Amino acid sequence: MLEYVWLIPLFPLLGAVFNGLLGKKIKNEAVIGGIATLMIFCSFLVSCGILMQLIGLPAEERVFEKVVFPWIHSGNFKADMAFLVDPLSAIMIMVVTGVGSLIHLYSIGYMHGEEGFYRYFSYLNLFAMSMLLLVLGGNMLVMFIGWEGVGLCSYLLIGYYFHKKSAGDAAKKAFVMNRVGDFGFLIGLFTLYWWLGSNHNVWTINFTEIKAASSLLPYGGVVTIATLCFFVGATGKSAQIPLYTWLPDAMEGPTPVSALIHAATMVTAGVYMIGRMSFVFVKAPDTMMVIAIVGAATAIFAATIGTAQNDIKRVLAYSTVSQLGFMFLAMGVGAFTAGVFHLMTHAFFKACLFLGSGSVIHAMHHALHHAHSHDDPQDMRNMGGLRKAMPITFITFLVSTIAIAGIPGFSGFFSKDEILWQAFANPFHGGLNIFLWGTGAIAACFTAFYMFRLVFMTFFGECRITAKSKDHLHESPLVITIPLMVLGFLAVFGGYVGMPKLLGMLPNYFEHWLEPVFATAQGYAQTYVHAGAHHSHALEWGLMGLSVVIAVIGIAIAYILYIASPSIPARFTATFPALHRAVYNKWYIDELYDFLFINPCKALGSFLWKGFDVLVIDGIVDGVAKVVMGLSGMLKNLQSGYVHNYALSMALGVVVIIAFYIFR
Amino acid sequence: MNDTILSLMTFTPLIGVLILFFIPKDSHAIQRGVAFATALATFFISLPLVTGFVTNAEYQFVKSVPWIAAGPFQMNYHVGIDGISLWLVILTTFIMPIAILSTWTAVEEKVKEYMICLLLLEVGMLGAFISLDLFLFYIFWEVMLIPMYFIIGIWGGKQKIYAAVKFFIYTMAGSVLMLVALIALYFKAGGGDFNLTRFYALSLDPATQTWMFLAFAFAFAIKVPLFPVHTWLPLAHTEAPTAGSVILAAILLKMGTYGYVRFAIPLFPSASEQFTPLLATLSVIGVIYASLVAMVQEDVKKLVAYSSVAHLGFVMLGIYALNQQGVAGGMLQMLNHGVSTGALFLIVGFIYERRHTRLISDFGGLSKQMPIFATIFMIVTFSSIGLPGTNGFVGEFLVLIGAFESNLRWYAVVASSGVILSAVYMLWMFQRVMFGELDNPKNKTLPDLNAREIAIMLPLVALIFVMGIYPTPFIDKMAPAIDRVIQQGKMKQVAAVVPQMPMVAPGVDVTVPPAVHK
Repeated sequence: MLEYVWLIPLFPLLGAVFNGLLGKKIKNEAVIGGIATLMIFCSFLVSCGILMQLIGLPAEERVFEKVVFPWIHSGNFKADMAFLVDPLSAIMIMVVTGVGSLIHLYSIGYMHGEEGFYRYFSYLNLFAMSMLLLVLGGNMLVMFIGWEGVGLCSYLLIGYYFHKKSAGDAAKKAFVMNRVGDFGFLIGLFTLYWWLGSNHNVWTINFTEIKAASSLLPYGGVVTIATLCFFVGATGKSAQIPLYTWLPDAMEGPTPVSALIHAATMVTAGVYMIGRMSFVFVKAPDTMMVIAIVGAATAIFAATIGTAQNDIKRVLAYSTVSQLGFMFLAMGVGAFTAGVFHLMTHAFFKACLFLGSGSVIHAMHHALHHAHSHDDPQDMRNMGGLRKAMPITFITFLVSTIAIAGIPGFSGFFSKDEILWQAFANPFHGGLNIFLWGTGAIAACFTAFYMFRLVFMTFFGECRITAKSKDHLHESPLVITIPLMVLGFLAVFGGYVGMPKLLGMLPNYFEHWLEPVFATAQGYAQTYVHAGAHHSHALEWGLMGLSVVIAVIGIAIAYILYIASPSIPARFTATFPALHRAVYNKWYIDELYDFLFINPCKALGSFLWKGFDVLVIDGIVDGVAKVVMGLSGMLKNLQSGYVHNYALSMALGVVVIIAFYIFR
Repeated sequence: MNDTILSLMTFTPLIGVLILFFIPKDSHAIQRGVAFATALATFFISLPLVTGFVTNAEYQFVKSVPWIAAGPFQMNYHVGIDGISLWLVILTTFIMPIAILSTWTAVEEKVKEYMICLLLLEVGMLGAFISLDLFLFYIFWEVMLIPMYFIIGIWGGKQKIYAAVKFFIYTMAGSVLMLVALIALYFKAGGGDFNLTRFYALSLDPATQTWMFLAFAFAFAIKVPLFPVHTWLPLAHTEAPTAGSVILAAILLKMGTYGYVRFAIPLFPSASEQFTPLLATLSVIGVIYASLVAMVQEDVKKLVAYSSVAHLGFVMLGIYALNQQGVAGGMLQMLNHGVSTGALFLIVGFIYERRHTRLISDFGGLSKQMPIFATIFMIVTFSSIGLPGTNGFVGEFLVLIGAFESNLRWYAVVASSGVILSAVYMLWMFQRVMFGELDNPKNKTLPDLNAREIAIMLPLVALIFVMGIYPTPFIDKMAPAIDRVIQQGKMKQVAAVVPQMPMVAPGVDVTVPPAVHK
């Protein structure tokens, strides 16, 4: 099966090409959506086969490389179209194809009747292909194809409703911000390649070869520069401070897109990339610290914004940014396994939440449409009490919310608790650990609060739309609810593969599985970290208990504010209007970026064009031309053809020559 | 056959010109047909060059016959190609039929003369790429200038005279300097013939090299165009008819960069090295400057023209990295730019023919009205941005990694930020033209691309993907020749420091060019 790894990205590519070329003619939604879903499902089957085969191999042999064809060979530079299968990429392809299949299926129902149905599925398949290239890439450049490819598909899908200006703006913003990150990725790649090559004659961008040569890399120094550049790439793709502002705007795209690209898969690419190159990152302690700090800061910063948004998808978007911050926190404290684990559980519950919100929006849209109401179907202030009309959506949404809030027994609890514990107990950052843990814990409290605020505003209380609309509210069809149920199930039980050792009920399969991938990195870490202080089990139990308490506090506050005494939020905003405005307007970061970067660039461009190009350069050129013309105009008079002119000039010449001899 | 194919290819368009002379003035359809058929025939004649090309560093398909012998002056008709010129020749023969096909409905006046100009232009361009005799090169170089001048000046837009004169004066200024340096070089070499390989083996003292290099470099810099001598380009592009812009961007600009690889660097290596910081700086300024200026353009065509300046800045940076990746990247980027920017000018032509405006603000929401056009436009846009999987990426990446490996590391870092800016200006333009509401009533009746227009674009779109996904044949065929250029540079740098060293660089047989007797 491993030999056929190239089939995994190929299937969705075929689907994309097929629908892209013929979809418009076919018109039959069942055929278009069916083929797209079938293609990604085929990839899922191949991925399952590969996972099975890997499991059957001894742990140290679970690395397989496949060169499909030579791509760019020039001098000592060599990049093949090559795939790398190891335990890490195996997890990723399972998540991408598995969640991807469900979201494709869901989309058939959700996108029903859309004008660009074929276009949508073509893009979605193309995205799946790019994402699979990204995670399977055997060298940095194949990863980079995927890296930019997902950016492209994200652009296309955010701009799916291209007739809306906001959608076009959001698409462009996403692509450009990603490009800023890509710039960092490229420089990081160049630095690593050049340094290893010119110092040790190892000219490679191949992951396994770099891993083999990683002992040649110094601690800090050039590695810090390279990894910081790579991390810039990660902040762009994974929406971390300072490049996160595109993600909330990306909600302009259709909701299944938000679930697949902007929650479950693409945005986790940065985390995956750090995991893939853990053996390089761990050699740069300063970078690790930056990653941990940026992750923690993003986690809390985005969580605060999430508390004040009224658009159901925007809350989830900020929640995603915040959860990605948790993953980066994990990577930054050297808990690579925990980071990838959270990546996986987050893919389950966040995909479920997004698809659930899509189901809600779908229902709201139809209800409002039937009643000829122009209220916003995504605004939670128009919702309320939906649990009665939409029981399946409600249940799956609720369990996913519990999972993200970190209630024991649900998947999110295991992964998030592991991250918080590692933030506290890791041997890397010394005195900083307590702050990292504290920030993470407060962010977790905010998470529980804003998620339950969302649930209470949407599913509880009284329905706030008109009675006429209300009659049209009904549960979504099976094609939508089946993916919800599968993801809801995974949101609950998906975490049991990686149960903390402390609880000791099940072995931590997940950690064992990834051990060989991160072994090299852990080895490097051992050489410089102080043999970490041994923390007692009692402390670990205590912190675990504390994180549960924190989650419960968050939920309780949400309950008080939005169920028990709903007048408090209004009074709060009335008391602190400036604070509310700042949070509601996302701390004015977009405006700040406009002011700092976009407007100066435009002004500079205009100045260079009208000031420099036209005035200075052309001025000089035209000026020279004028001088030449003027001179020739004067010289022209000398050759007038009149004898007396020539006589005059001869006489003048004689005068000059005589004068010269007299006065010299 | 092997030694005549280049000449046959180069002068086939002249046969077309001859036939055109005998066609009545008003039979526009026949004139177009003849021109197109001629260009297509030229393309097919050029194909055996690819299949017959042996991957090594030597000049192939060489033909050398005495031409003008005036006393001590000996000019040979000496032609041949190597890995560097091979693809540029193919690019030329490939673009020409497309360019001619694009004028089918765009030019209605003086069709015959227009077609004659285009075919003469093709002769000039092909001749310049295959010349291995400096004087022959100079003649073809000038031959290109005249038809282009007429194309802009007669069939151009509102400011056509100003644009044509500016184009002419800029290029002429460079050409004159080059001619002076060329003649001086000839006398330095002690007379004889103008065989290029003979000049390669010369060992000139640094002072002479410096001023000769500056003369050549200035002429080529104008053609590239490098900042700050680029201002003729936006104007010439905007005023030229579509086919003119396509050829100008796709092929004529490559004369400049080709000139550096073929002449300025190998002929004057130590001077070239001395001026590397200056040229690299100008290239990088070009990338950033042109991108910023492109961003604020109101006219689509001008925007594309400025993007050309930025792309050619990348090419120059790669060439001046003077290592395999850099030069290969630069060469590839020349081809890529020919394909992508050529396609962009065609696209601009399509909407201009429909709406007779190129102002971005006159458009919006065209995606809805013209879906096929939108798809092709988007593919080309992303190729221009350099998205991996398209041709633009491979060249740009090799240029940057090559420059990063060389001494131009920091230049590479600055130029890399060009990848952000290119996304900004291209996508912003694309959004304003194609996305949004279709609110202008004049745009609501625009027809989508017709069969001819699709046929024009399909080969370009196919190449965009082929060169992006499988660039190996392109790189492999040019690699040995690039190695030779790099070696020439490096060896002569040593020679230049010690002027007394033997005039013959090792490995280069001066008296008998190796491939002549094939």
